[in-house]
Amino acid sequence: MKKLRKKIVPVLGGALEMTVNIAGSGPPLLYLHSAGGFVWDDFLDGLAEHYKVYAPHFPGTAPGRPNDIDKVDNLWDVVLAYDDLVSALGLKKFRLMGHSFGGMLAAELAAQRPDAVKGLVLIAPIGLWQEDAPYTVANWTALSFPEIMETLFHNPAHPRVVKRMTPPADEDAAAMWTVNFIWTLGCTAKVIWPIPDKGLKKRIHRIVAPTLVVWGENDRLIPPVYAQSFHKAISDSQLLMLPACGHEPPLEQCEALLSGVQTFYGN
Amino acid sequence: MKIACFHLMPYRDLEPDFEQKHKSAWFTLPFEGVADRQKVSQYYNWTLDELEHAAKLGFDGVCTNEHHQNAYGFMVNPNMMGSVLARATRGTRTAIIQMGETAVFLNPPIRVAEEYAMLDSISEGRMVAGFPVGLGGDFSYSYGMAPIEQRARYNEAHDLIVKAWKSHEPFAWNGKYYQLPMVNIWPKPSQQPHPPIWVPGNASPSTWDFVIKHDYSYCFLTYFGAKGAQHMVNGYWEKVAAAGRDLNPYRLTFLVPVGISETDEQAEADFGAATEYFYHKLLHLPEQLMLPPGHMNYQSLQHVFTKRPFPPFEELKRHRFKDFNEQDFVVCGSAKTVTERLTHIVKTLRVGHLLLLPQFGSLSHQRTMENIERIAKNVLPQLRPIWDNEGWEDRWWPHAAQPLRQVAAA
Repeated sequence: MKKLRKKIVPVLGGALEMTVNIAGSGPPLLYLHSAGGFVWDDFLDGLAEHYKVYAPHFPGTAPGRPNDIDKVDNLWDVVLAYDDLVSALGLKKFRLMGHSFGGMLAAELAAQRPDAVKGLVLIAPIGLWQEDAPYTVANWTALSFPEIMETLFHNPAHPRVVKRMTPPADEDAAAMWTVNFIWTLGCTAKVIWPIPDKGLKKRIHRIVAPTLVVWGENDRLIPPVYAQSFHKAISDSQLLMLPACGHEPPLEQCEALLSGVQTFYGN
Repeated sequence: MKIACFHLMPYRDLEPDFEQKHKSAWFTLPFEGVADRQKVSQYYNWTLDELEHAAKLGFDGVCTNEHHQNAYGFMVNPNMMGSVLARATRGTRTAIIQMGETAVFLNPPIRVAEEYAMLDSISEGRMVAGFPVGLGGDFSYSYGMAPIEQRARYNEAHDLIVKAWKSHEPFAWNGKYYQLPMVNIWPKPSQQPHPPIWVPGNASPSTWDFVIKHDYSYCFLTYFGAKGAQHMVNGYWEKVAAAGRDLNPYRLTFLVPVGISETDEQAEADFGAATEYFYHKLLHLPEQLMLPPGHMNYQSLQHVFTKRPFPPFEELKRHRFKDFNEQDFVVCGSAKTVTERLTHIVKTLRVGHLLLLPQFGSLSHQRTMENIERIAKNVLPQLRPIWDNEGWEDRWWPHAAQPLRQVAAA
């Protein structure tokens, strides 16, 4: 695994400081994590082979800064915080990628700064709504841990899934692992509760970047029909459906995802 | 001291294998196929009959609360119950305790200021204004607001309501969560400037700080019994003392489910099934539904997961009546035993207002009415004088509902 550098970046006129993890070399790529929080994993490590990866923590989820969530009140604050972050990092043209909750934020950011995004990858993003495929934030916050395992993954026994989802053996460390997991869900839920349909449908037409929409064929959390919704709404977009894969392609189909992303960005 | 009769109004006839068949008694439980409409009508009326019975037999107050989308207790608007009770007890000194309508569930929250003012007027100044923060699941799953905002919305709603009661002029409210161009409520409460405020809680230190700062009465609603509550209640009284407030016992209100039988031996036959029904079925509530992520702040989450001050409800499913009764989760036995145990609880925790729950779980209407009679006859006269010799004034009880003996003494 590559060594991460942490950078603290003031945004929103200094009202909020965002923590950004940076590794790798190459053209810049901004990666926005899911509601499960930031973890540097094999997927990000693989991306860092080719790109300089910038992976910010969503406000409130960086270690030691839980109360930062109080500094953003709604989705508009969050989009502007990320917009400020891009400016502060000096990213003029960058690749943008987000997973699930982070996919929604990435789509919002690409609609907010359409000309700065060089290529957008949305991995099972939330943010749109279809009456025939309803889902709410409760679909992931109201689950017991066994239900989370069952819902999130196609194969809960996959070694990368086991590694990510097994709490530490030490009792106190395990308690804190749970605390951080719950808190991260709570912070991210703030701007999407109770249903993540917050107006992206009215802004998504602004996305002009070539876009790759990725979905696990066996996603039980966010119905795969939404792959089509995003594909239809973004003019220059293509689809990558991954077999034997749930809501976490970076864990369950890491190699296929990396290769799909490389092909897409290579074009 | 004061003793009031509290009611949760549960569904009393869930099937024996209910908790195996359903994920939760709250939020996700369908009404259709579980509940019977005729029974529901009957429960509301039984509940009102039971509370009126308690008022007639001399309880100092009657108390209702608010929860949503569950079989545990579905008085979705306690003020509807409270207004019936206010009217039924007209001309008496029974306090109408609303425990209460939950301001953060409503938008705008001045609806609570208005309804409480209306109810205080109907009751001719006998109302206690409960200010619950509200259950996380009610706020977020039933009513759709982000869990992480609940406490801040509560603080703002409280400030707005109290100002709406106190202000002599219309005013504009520009809050973070609520914006109103003209706050000018009609009516104002009968009590001036407003009814006494009680804040229910479950041992959250941030609620204690709030209560002490505003000089309200803290109402500890625990399911886990007086024995387990001792160290938490000590924590409350330490904060009261540290803030320079007096140790007036009326600063603390405490809830106890109570059952009186002919003998101690008879208690299990009379109340065992109802007790287990309460803890096993009505509290069939997975933690992630009760406490959505963000409801507890980071510090509280750390405290709960590293210290585990309460057992998860799931663990209570292994307990039987004997365990619940021994640990004071419920206080059941002969009149003599119950009186002794309640006296001990009141004195050791320093309780000024005791909320007794004579109906809990599946307890039938008839047995509840008998229970109320036994409590009124045997327990109330014994407990009432407990704090008399210390001479405290109960500043958290409506003047129009103060017992005449205390009005005369003052």
